[in-house]
Amino acid sequence: MQTTWAYISNYCVYSAMAIFTISFIAHAFETAFAVRAPEAADSTDGNLLLKTLDYKRTEKTARIATAMMILGFILLLAGIVARGISNGHVPWGNMYEFSITGALAFTGAYLAALRKYDLRWLGLFVSISVLLTLGTAITLLYRDSAPLVPALKSTWLVIHVFAAIISGGVFLLANVVAGAYLYLDRLESRGPRPAWLQRVPSLEVLDQLSYRLVAFVFPLWTFAVIAGAIWAESAWGRYWGWDPKETWAFITWVAYAAYLHARVTVGWRGRRAAWLCIFAGSTFLFNYVYVNVWGTGKHTYSGL
Amino acid sequence: MSKEVEVPELGFLALIRYAWRQLTSMRTALILLMLMGVAAIPGSLIPQRITNQIAVREMFTTNPELAKWYDRFSLFDVYGSPWFSAIYILLFISLIGCVLPRSVEHYKAMRAQPPVTPKNLSRLEHHQEFAGGAETLDRATVWFKKNRFRVRIEGNSISAEKGFIRETGNLLFHLSLILILVGVSFGSLFGMRGEAIVSTGERFVNVATSYDSLSFGKLTGEKSLPTFEIKLDKFLGEYDPVTSAPKDYTAWVTITYQGSTYKKEIKVNKPLTFGNTRVYLQANGYSPVVTVRDSEGNVALQGPIPFLPQDGNLRSIGSIKVPDAEPQIGFVSSFVPTNARTTDQGAVSIFPELLDPKLLFSIWKGDLGLDSGIPQSVYRIDTSKLEKVGLGSVKPGETFTYPEGSITLEMVIPWVNLQFVDDPGKSYALIGAILAILGLLSSLYGRRRRIWVRITSGGVEVAGLAKNSAPGLDVEIEKFVSAIRGEK
Repeated sequence: MQTTWAYISNYCVYSAMAIFTISFIAHAFETAFAVRAPEAADSTDGNLLLKTLDYKRTEKTARIATAMMILGFILLLAGIVARGISNGHVPWGNMYEFSITGALAFTGAYLAALRKYDLRWLGLFVSISVLLTLGTAITLLYRDSAPLVPALKSTWLVIHVFAAIISGGVFLLANVVAGAYLYLDRLESRGPRPAWLQRVPSLEVLDQLSYRLVAFVFPLWTFAVIAGAIWAESAWGRYWGWDPKETWAFITWVAYAAYLHARVTVGWRGRRAAWLCIFAGSTFLFNYVYVNVWGTGKHTYSGL
Repeated sequence: MSKEVEVPELGFLALIRYAWRQLTSMRTALILLMLMGVAAIPGSLIPQRITNQIAVREMFTTNPELAKWYDRFSLFDVYGSPWFSAIYILLFISLIGCVLPRSVEHYKAMRAQPPVTPKNLSRLEHHQEFAGGAETLDRATVWFKKNRFRVRIEGNSISAEKGFIRETGNLLFHLSLILILVGVSFGSLFGMRGEAIVSTGERFVNVATSYDSLSFGKLTGEKSLPTFEIKLDKFLGEYDPVTSAPKDYTAWVTITYQGSTYKKEIKVNKPLTFGNTRVYLQANGYSPVVTVRDSEGNVALQGPIPFLPQDGNLRSIGSIKVPDAEPQIGFVSSFVPTNARTTDQGAVSIFPELLDPKLLFSIWKGDLGLDSGIPQSVYRIDTSKLEKVGLGSVKPGETFTYPEGSITLEMVIPWVNLQFVDDPGKSYALIGAILAILGLLSSLYGRRRRIWVRITSGGVEVAGLAKNSAPGLDVEIEKFVSAIRGEK
């Protein structure tokens, strides 16, 4: 019975990957074909760069892309739930499970933001990163469904890991936006944007968006760290012990605190703020990858 | 004659004032904050004494020169090092210097009336004009009251303000950080931490001599130990048959505390609590129960000997020291709970439960050096001055005989490592943490804004101003306008 659920989970994750691939192709198609060749009128003043965009031509593809993203999200969610049933506990016991849940959180953050902002230009990037994450997870990090080690048997597992994964998903989305800002900033300093990037919002909007994402999720990250401390107190006998994972969680916290202060109090905007945001996000990623794979300490369980 | 150049002399007080202003400036605070993040990094890459003592010792043997330099810069104790402490102490002084004056200012601002309505509202954002009379002011007063704005009514205008929660939250957040720091220091000054290995059937009495290791904070001592006893009745470790991964650990204990005796269960996430002291199930292993006899058959040693686990299948090492035998005897031993039936690899365990236990040893005679005054590991024997007399192994119930006597493995019982912690500062840290989150939420989501309304000869004028260019004021003003126009 348990293995049946584990198989269902794996099929769901594989299907989600297939769906995300379709979404990726649709996004790529849309990005490429929404551009229409310049009309004769444009070329009279010699400005061939100003190609026009016509989204009507690719509207259908765009809808498919987003629909596939939603379908992929649902399949991945189903895969994670099935994994949980197979395990007999929340599926957050090893790095494979963290990774697929992280991919879900990342997709979820994108889809939620899509409801409010016109972010479809980001879909290409989101779908490929989710694909890469899932691919790495299922090939390199895959572990058979297994019971939890005693230290993880706690309600705090759900609370702490949930908060950390959601925070991670949003932090990384903020990083992507900040990265897009820096890229476009460089392009714009040389001349007008190429046609396929004209849909991307203005630099000010990107700048604001990455800040909003961080400001929205920073309290949740604070909560994740505190929930971890409360849990550590009951599992390990101390609420803070400078375990490598704890240390890097602290560094991430400090980096984002510095980012928020730099923006709100000192008034940093634009390039400097984007770099600081990316730096802070990298400390989170480093914590996830380095400490889980090569690190020592109390946060390494059962292989990965 | 040249005139002396007059140098404006900075007095001592002025110098201090200058230093204080520099330290409490936002720029310095920001630099210190980033510096603290950077300073925390080496502690996660270099082994630390507080988390991995063994790795530190290893470093001193494999690379003594580097280890010496690391140690000189406290790199094995980063989080207690002078330079790390310097950063966070400066940061907190800077924080206090910044937050306290702001709290006073904020308190005054909260008690003060909103500022007077500006003369020229049309220059401000969200400016609107429409027809209306004095009744709009009444409606505005009602609306402001309902929406909890603080108002200043002056003649034909109202100035209203809301959103002090932003700054209140901000200050609360920073003050809570100070509370967390107080909690942490309180815990380290008045706390206690100790460990003890207890074999099944043994009784732990909470006095200093029962501990294998025990340390107190600077301002407390042995007198603070509460009186209680714990007897380990049974311990059970359950493991996954395929992966050997642990599934569950449970210790059943009998407790004597405050005059009553009762039974309890300890699990990894369920510690025992005695007042402020908590008892955690931290590790477990096996104690072979042995009887060692001399050549005449007299019992020289009997009892459980805790062995130290070396891997996930609980292959354990230990030493059985018999100082009362003549000559003294020592067994350098390994113990495997489930013996692998391979002969070439020595002691190998293939499962952590007691399926096929086996004790393997080499026997040594001579002076064990127990009286030399040099502290020894209970798990090891220094055999450099001893003479080897034999090599053997026993299963439960078996006896191995050698020229100087015999050893019998009676049975094997589990032991648990209990960790005892008293941290009186943790509740302050927890309260600080909760307040910090509340403060953070209000400071990040709170919006401070002002709305003005004035009756002019031409009609009604409305304008608003959002601090920190917070969004949402346009919607709010729209609602306000429709309310005071009586549109409901």
